[in-house]
Amino acid sequence: MKFLQPIKNGIFTENPIFRIVVGMCPTLAVTTSAINGIGMGLSTMAVLVGSNIVLSAIRKIVPDKIRIPIFVVVIASFVTIVAMLLEAFVPSIYKALGIYIPLIVVNCIIIQRAEAFANKNTVLSSLADGLGMGIGFTVALLMMGSVREILGVGSIFGINIMGANYEPAMIFIQSPGAFLTLGFLMALVNFISYKRKEKIQEAGE
Amino acid sequence: MRLLLIIVSAVLINNFVLVQFLGICPFLGVTRKVETAIGMGAAVIFVMTLASAITYVVQYAILEKFNIPFLQTIAFILVIAALVQFVELVLKKTSPSLYQALGVYLPLITTNCAVLGVAILNINYNYNFIESVIFGAAAAAGFTLALILFACIRERIEYSPIPKALEGFPIALISAALMSIAFMGFSGLI
Repeated sequence: MKFLQPIKNGIFTENPIFRIVVGMCPTLAVTTSAINGIGMGLSTMAVLVGSNIVLSAIRKIVPDKIRIPIFVVVIASFVTIVAMLLEAFVPSIYKALGIYIPLIVVNCIIIQRAEAFANKNTVLSSLADGLGMGIGFTVALLMMGSVREILGVGSIFGINIMGANYEPAMIFIQSPGAFLTLGFLMALVNFISYKRKEKIQEAGE
Repeated sequence: MRLLLIIVSAVLINNFVLVQFLGICPFLGVTRKVETAIGMGAAVIFVMTLASAITYVVQYAILEKFNIPFLQTIAFILVIAALVQFVELVLKKTSPSLYQALGVYLPLITTNCAVLGVAILNINYNYNFIESVIFGAAAAAGFTLALILFACIRERIEYSPIPKALEGFPIALISAALMSIAFMGFSGLI
């Protein structure tokens, strides 16, 4: 139960994209299709879990004053490993994500979790936190990628679902579509949480 | 001519924020007021131009020479972090007034993906030294332009009646989408 709590936390209550609003650049840039979204989400999750484990393990010997450079070096090492693995095993994803793979280093989610969680908690709960945040990020990216792929190409995971007569709205796979989709998804999440709050209040009265 | 093309392309056509999605965090974070947007923009122009020059040297004088280009990510991010710290120290000593204006924004720049992005793009595009520096400065100028325009828009949105669910980030993102559409119009320039 204690292990599951941070995972649930990462997906719902503190979803990195919709709730804390960090890690915007990859969210907007690589979600032109559902598969790219998953690729980016999983790569980020791998880095996040790795860096959370290492940084929580060494948290007692890291001097407070130079902790940020140490975080960055650890994170950058994991990013390099992930980039090499992607290049070797899934070159198509590696090509599609391009420059955004090395940019995982400066993804605010990772350094934010290092600073806010891994630096203060045990290895096991940091692992759970990394998994939870990673899954939350992946789910958000998958949602973005699916919406954009369905509207912009008329398919999902490369399978056509809208029929031959569907005229794809190209704008959704171009850059304005990214801002638009994220804006409306975030508004939807806000709307649902307001409705829920109202319900809880009514039930309370 | 080639330099001019690089400038126009980096500022308008492939605008870092609106088309390439680099540096979205400060774009959403510090654009509530025009003054802060200008401050951040100035700091980014300064650091990005320097970073382009230094990472170019690091890539070709160290990484390529010793055949360790796979360390690019680690090397670049360390160089940028050190550079930001260094700039902060130098400004503090030599120009306190400039330091006061830019001081708060400097630490934020280390995690601005536009800076690391420009360094990596310079290498990917095979630019020479001059082109790299120009590209860095132009990309930062484009970033600043987008930031200032966006801040102006957001200052007006503050006082408009908008649905509750759209308040804050959602409406900001939707306005950014409209700006991005406007910038798409420049793509016919080249």
